[in-house]
Amino acid sequence: MDDKKIEVLVCSGTLCYLMGGSELQLLSECLPPDLRGMVDVKGSPCLDFCNHPKNGRPPFATINGRCIAQASVSLLIAEIRKEIKG
Amino acid sequence: MLIRRELITRVVRLLIENRLEEGINRIPIEMRPRKNGSVRCCVHKDRAVIKYKLMALLGYNISDEVDELTPLSDYARMANQRTELTDTVLTVVDEACSSCRKTSYQVTNMCRGCVARPCMVNCPKDSIKFVDGQASIDHTTCVNCGQCLKVCPFHAIVYMPVPCEEACPVGAISKSDDGVESIDITKCINCGKCMTACPFGAVMEKSHLVEIFRNKREGRKLVAMVAPAIAGQFSADMGKILHSFKELGFDYVYEVAEGADITTKVEAAELQERLESGAPFMTTSCCPAYTQLVDKHIEQLKPYVSHTHTPMYYAAQVARHNHPNDVLVFVSPCPAKRWESFHDPNVDYTLSFEEYGAWMVAAGIDVNALRSTEIERYPSGEGRGFGASGGVTQAVKALAPSTLKITDIQINGIDKAAIRQLKSFPKSCPGNFVEVMTCEGGCIGGCNVISNPKVALRQLKQAVEAAPSIVNQEV
Ligand code: SF4
Ligand code: SF4
Ligand code: FES
Repeated sequence: MDDKKIEVLVCSGTLCYLMGGSELQLLSECLPPDLRGMVDVKGSPCLDFCNHPKNGRPPFATINGRCIAQASVSLLIAEIRKEIKG
Repeated sequence: MLIRRELITRVVRLLIENRLEEGINRIPIEMRPRKNGSVRCCVHKDRAVIKYKLMALLGYNISDEVDELTPLSDYARMANQRTELTDTVLTVVDEACSSCRKTSYQVTNMCRGCVARPCMVNCPKDSIKFVDGQASIDHTTCVNCGQCLKVCPFHAIVYMPVPCEEACPVGAISKSDDGVESIDITKCINCGKCMTACPFGAVMEKSHLVEIFRNKREGRKLVAMVAPAIAGQFSADMGKILHSFKELGFDYVYEVAEGADITTKVEAAELQERLESGAPFMTTSCCPAYTQLVDKHIEQLKPYVSHTHTPMYYAAQVARHNHPNDVLVFVSPCPAKRWESFHDPNVDYTLSFEEYGAWMVAAGIDVNALRSTEIERYPSGEGRGFGASGGVTQAVKALAPSTLKITDIQINGIDKAAIRQLKSFPKSCPGNFVEVMTCEGGCIGGCNVISNPKVALRQLKQAVEAAPSIVNQEV
C-alpha cells in the first residue's frame, strides 16, 4: 500500500444525524491503533445520497469516494480494512 | 428508535401537506409492503404495531382504543378537533410488547448436571429439580434471588431481564396479567428510561404535533422555546439552530438558557439563605423527573429540594409576557419536561428534539446549510451550560458570594443505586449543594436526544464559550 491516506467522509446532514449519524463523528478516536495515521476522517454537509433511495438508508459515509449506507463506527472500521486489503 | 423517527417524519410530512386524515392509513402499508417480508411473525402484525405507534404520535393512549376497527384516519380527525391534553405522557403499545418473558433465571444447555449440584443445594426455595440429568427451575416457586446463577461453576444459568423493567429506577413498569407491560402513573417519574431500553420500541411518547400544526393552520403565531441541550443536537452552531425554527414556520424563538439565568440567580440566593440559616444542604430542582422522584418516592428529601423554578418556567413567563396570545411550544429533551410543560401555566405544547429533527427532514431543511442568524438576546454561557451535568453547579457557584463555602455533589443519572444514595442524604450528606440530573450526562443524555452525548457535549461547550459569562450580565 502507498502512503496515501484513506479518506473517510462522514455525513453530518440533518437526515443522517437524525438516523444515528452523530456517532460517526467519533470515528477518529475509535480507530484501532493499527489504523491510526492511515485514515483521514472529515465531516461533511449532506453528501446527497439521501435523496436517491437506490443508495440505501442513512446514515451515509464515503471511503475513498465509495458510498457506505447505514454506516456505524464498526461498519466503517470493517470497510476501511477492506479498502486497505484492496 | 429509527422506526419511531421514520414514523414521526412521515406524520410531519402529511401535516405539512395538510393530508393527515387522507394519508395516515397508508403509512403501515408503505412501511411494510407485502413483498419485503416481515420483522415479526407476519406483515399484518408489523402493520398493526405501526398503527398503534402512529396512534401515540396522534396523541392517544393506546388504551383509549374502544374499537379495533377504528382506522387511523378517524383518530386523525378526532385529534384535529381535540381541545384537552392530559399529563399521561407515555403509552405502551401492547401489540409491540408482550414479546419479553417475565424476568427470570433460566438454565441453558451448558448445564452438565454436576454431582455437587450447588444450584439445587443453595436455592432457598427448593425450586431446582433435575430432569433428564439437567437442572430445571420451577418458575411457580422461584423468587428470582439469583443464588443459582452465582454458584454454578459452568455459568450455565442466565438472567433474562425484561429491559424496560430493568431500566426503570422506581419499579413503575411491570407486566399485567396478560403479559403486557403497563405503567403505574402513581409511581412513574416520566424519565423515559423504559422508552430507551425497550428493543421493540413499545413505549411511546404521546405527541402534540397535531395540535401544533392545527394552531399554525389557524393562523396563530408559534413561539419556540428551545431547551439548552439543543445546542448539541446537530452539527450546527446556535445561530443556525435558532434560524431553523424560523424556517419551520415558528414566528419567535427563545433560548430557555435565558430562563436558566434567572434560575441561577434565584437558586444562588436561595442556597446562600438556606446555608446561612443552618440547613445542611440543598438540592437542585430543575430536572422534573428528579422532583417527581422526590414527590413520589423520597418524601424525606422534600425539605431539601430548592424552591426555585426551572429554566422552562422563567423562560415561559418572559415569553408569555411578550406574546400574550401566541402559542408557546417548549422544545424538549425528555418526557419529564413534556409532563412539566403540561403543568406549566404558560407553556401550551411540547415538541421533542426528535420531532424537531424529523420536522426538518420532512420539510427538506438541512440545518447545516442554513445561514447563521444574528443572535438578538444572548443568554449567559452558564445558562447554556444547564444542558449538561455539572452546568447548574457551575452557574450557581459563579454567582454565589465567594464567602459562601460550597461543597458540591453531582448525581449524574438516576438509577436504583443513586436513589439509595439520595435516600441517605437527609441523615448524612457529604456536601451542601447537590445537583441532580436524572439522565447520565444531563439533558444531552435525555431520551429524546438525537446526537451522541459525547459529540453533543463538545458542541454544547462551544455554545457556552460563544456566550458571555453570567458574572458580567445583568439578569
Ligand atoms: S418513564 Fe421512567 S419511571 Fe416511568 S415507567 Fe418508564 S422508566 Fe419507569
Ligand atoms: S436530566 Fe434533563 S433530560 Fe433528563 S429527565 Fe432531567 S430534565 Fe429531562
Ligand atoms: S443528510 Fe446525509 S446524505 Fe444527505
